[in-house]
Amino acid sequence: MAASHVAELIERHGGGAAGNGGDFGDSGEESGNPGVPQRTYVTGMTIAVGGILMFFMALVSAWVVRRGFPNSDWQPIAMPRILWLNTFILLASSATIERSRRSLVVGRHADYRHWWGVATILGVFFLCGQLLAWRQMFAAGLFLVTNPSSSFFYVFTAAHGFHILGGIAALLAVAWRSPHRLTRETATKVVALYWHFLAALWLAIFALLLLEG
Amino acid sequence: MSTSAAEPGASSRGRSMSSSPEVAGVAADAHVSFLRRYIFSTDHKIIGVQYFFLALTAVTIGTILSLLMRFHLVWPAAHLPFVAGGIMTPEQYLALVTMHGTIMVFFVLTTAPQSAFGNYFLPLQIGAPDMAFPRLNMLSFWLTLLAFLVMLCAFFVPGGAPISGWTAYPPLSGLGDITGPGEGMGQSLWLASVLIFCLASLLGSINFISTTIDMRAPGMTLMRMPLTVWAWFVTAILSLLAFAVLFAGGILLVLDRVAGTSFFLPAGLVVSGELQAHGGGSPLLWQHLFWFFGHPEVYIAILPGMGVVSHILANFSRKPVFGYRAMAFAICAIGFLGFLVWGHHMFVSGMNPYSGLTFSLVTLSIGVPSAVKTFNWLGTLWGGRIQFHSPMLFAIGFVSFFVTGGLSGIFLAQPAVDTQLHATYYVVAHFHIVMGVAAIFGIFAATYYWFPKMFGRRMNETLGKLHLWLTFAGVYCIFMPMHFVGIAGGIRRYADSTGASYLAALQPLHHFMTMAAFVTAAAQLIFFYNFFASLKKGEIASANPWNATTLEWITSSPPPADNFGGRFPSVYRGPYEYSVPGVAQDFLPQHLSPEQTASVGKEVPNGG
Repeated sequence: MAASHVAELIERHGGGAAGNGGDFGDSGEESGNPGVPQRTYVTGMTIAVGGILMFFMALVSAWVVRRGFPNSDWQPIAMPRILWLNTFILLASSATIERSRRSLVVGRHADYRHWWGVATILGVFFLCGQLLAWRQMFAAGLFLVTNPSSSFFYVFTAAHGFHILGGIAALLAVAWRSPHRLTRETATKVVALYWHFLAALWLAIFALLLLEG
Repeated sequence: MSTSAAEPGASSRGRSMSSSPEVAGVAADAHVSFLRRYIFSTDHKIIGVQYFFLALTAVTIGTILSLLMRFHLVWPAAHLPFVAGGIMTPEQYLALVTMHGTIMVFFVLTTAPQSAFGNYFLPLQIGAPDMAFPRLNMLSFWLTLLAFLVMLCAFFVPGGAPISGWTAYPPLSGLGDITGPGEGMGQSLWLASVLIFCLASLLGSINFISTTIDMRAPGMTLMRMPLTVWAWFVTAILSLLAFAVLFAGGILLVLDRVAGTSFFLPAGLVVSGELQAHGGGSPLLWQHLFWFFGHPEVYIAILPGMGVVSHILANFSRKPVFGYRAMAFAICAIGFLGFLVWGHHMFVSGMNPYSGLTFSLVTLSIGVPSAVKTFNWLGTLWGGRIQFHSPMLFAIGFVSFFVTGGLSGIFLAQPAVDTQLHATYYVVAHFHIVMGVAAIFGIFAATYYWFPKMFGRRMNETLGKLHLWLTFAGVYCIFMPMHFVGIAGGIRRYADSTGASYLAALQPLHHFMTMAAFVTAAAQLIFFYNFFASLKKGEIASANPWNATTLEWITSSPPPADNFGGRFPSVYRGPYEYSVPGVAQDFLPQHLSPEQTASVGKEVPNGG
C-alpha cells in the first residue's frame, strides 16, 4: 500500500526521462558547451563504491588483525537469528530495484514506479530489522564494549546501516522529485548500482561474521 | 604574439576580463549575487582560489608554529608573553609539533597542490567547462574549511592542542586527558577535524577521477593529457583509497576514546598510577592503518608537484618533455608502489625482520620510477633554450630538493640504518626536504606559473627571483645541518636537549638552523608582498604569456565562467609540442587543427 503511495509520488512529480536535458545536463545556454555526459554520474558512483569498499576493507583488515592476536581476548558471538531474515529482505530489495530499473528501460513506467516503491520499503524493513538485531544483542548482554567481536559487530552493522540510510534517502529522492541534472534513467541506474553494491557488501560482511566471528 | 595563437573569440573576451582582475577568474554575471559567485560558488576556478587562500592561511600558521619550535630549541628558558606560565613547557612544545605537522600535511600539502591547483586547472587543461560534480566540489571545500576551523579550535580548549603528533599513536591518543594536556578535548577535536577532512578528500577525489575519465575534450586521449593532469588523476586515486582507510581507523580510535572499546588499547595499561579498563587491543594495528594512509599521503603531497615541474620544465626549455610516456607511467608506478611500503615507517615497531626486509625492498624499488622522473627532467632541460623565469627556477629547485631528499630516503629505507636514525633529526631533515620543501617549491612554481591565468596579471620577476634564491639557500641552511644533528644522535621531539651533555656540541648547529629558519620565513614576506601587490598592480597578462601549448592558455586570463567562452576546443596533438621541426612558431597549441597549424607556420616568422 505504501508502495503505491511512493509510486503515486513519482507519477505526480514527473517520472520518465522527458524534459531532463538529454545528454547535456543543466548546462547549454552557450552553444557548444559539452556539459556533463550522463555516463559521468555512473562513473562517479562506481568510484564512490570503490572508496566505500576500501573503507570496509580497512575495517575487515582491522577485524582480521584484532582477532588473530596470540592469546586474544576474542570471544565468538552467536549472530542474532533475525539477520537471516534481514539478509533475505535486502536481497529481495536488490532484486526488486533491478526489476524496477529494467521496467524503466523497456518503458513500463507503472511497473517501474511500483517496484521502486517496493524496493524502498524493503530497504526500510532491512534497517528496522538491523535495529531489532541490535535489540537481540542487547538482550543477550552483548554491548559495544563487551568483547572485541561484539565491538566489530556493531561497527560493521552501523557503518553498513549508515550507507543503507543514505541509499534510502537516494531512493526517496528519486521517487519524490525529478532529478536535477541527470535523466531519470541515469538516476535510476546510479541508485540501483549503489543499492546492489550495498546488498553484496552486506552478504560479504554477514558471511564473514557468521563463519569467522 | 602570444594571443595570436589563441582563438579570436576567446582572446577578445579576454581583453575585457583582464582589465578587472579583482574578479578572480569569473566572467561577471549580473544575475548572480556576490555571495553566490565568490563564497558559495560552484565554479571550479573560484573553488580552486578558495582552496588556495585556505592553504595560504594554513601555511602561515604552520610556519609560525615551526618558528616557535625552532626558537624554543635554542632558547628553552626564554620568557614568552603569549605562553601560559611564561616559559614553554615540554607539553606545549609537543602541541606545536603536533599542530605544525597536522596543519602542514593536511591543510597545505594536500590542499594546495591537489585541491587548489587541481581544481582550477584540471578542467581547463582537459577542455571541460567545469568539474563533473560542481556542487559536490563546493561541499568538499566547505568541509575542508570546517575541518580547518575545528583543528584550530584545539588551541583554545582546556588543555590546549593535542601532543600525540600528526600520527596520533595510541595509547597516548586513545585514553583522554589522563595521558596529558591536550589529550582530552584537544585530541577529540583533532580526530573530528581529520575525519571531516577525510570526507572532504573522498568527495574531492571522486570528482577529480570522474572529471578526468569523462569530461575530456574531443581528441584529448590519455596520452595527450598534460602530465599535470596525469599527476592530479593518480593523486585522486591515492586519495580515494588512502583517506577511506584513515577514515576507518579514525572511527575506531574515536570509539576507543569515547565508547571504551579496545581496538588499539592493550590490557594492563597503567597511566598516572591508574590501571586502565581497556584490554587486548594493539597500538600496532593503528600504526598499520595510519601508515597505510600515511605513506600514500606523502605521494598525494608530491605527485602534483612532479606534474607541475614536468609541465614547467618543458615550457621554459622550449622542448617536449623527455620521455612523456615514461613520465606518465612513472607517476602510475609511484602511485601503485606507494601503497606497498607503509611498513617502512614502522621498522622500529618490533615488526618481524622479514616483514621489514620486504618493506625495505619495495621501498627501494620506488627509486626506479623516481630516477626515471629525475633523469627525464634533466633530459628535458638538456639542450633546451632555457628561459629562467621564476616558475622555471622554482621547478629546478624542486628537482634539487627531490634528489636531495630522495637520496636520504634510500638510507632510511634500510631497516638497520633506520633503527639507528629513526628517532633522530635525520628523519626530520629527510621528510622536510622531500615532502615539505620539494612540494612547497612545486606549489611556488605553480603559483608563479599560473598566477597570470588565475588573476589576469603577472607577478614581479625580480621579486620572484629574490624570493627563490633566499628560500632555496635558506632551506638548505636549515635542513642540511639537521642531517648531521641526526647522525650525531640528536633526538627529535625532545623539547629541550640543552641538558644532555652528549648533545651539547650540536647546540651551535641548532642556533644556526634557527637563524636560517627565521631568515627563510622572513623571505616569504617577499612572496606575500609580490603576490598581493601583483593582484592590484601587476602588469596585465595576455591569454598566453609563457607561449605555452596546453588548453588553459587558449582562453582569456582569467577565464570566463564556462572556461572557453562557448568555444570548446578539440585536441589534435600531445601537450608538449615545443620547437617542432618545420614549424616556424616554437610551440604548437594542442587545439590547433592541422590546417591552422600550417597557417601558424607561414604567418608567424619567429615564435621564440
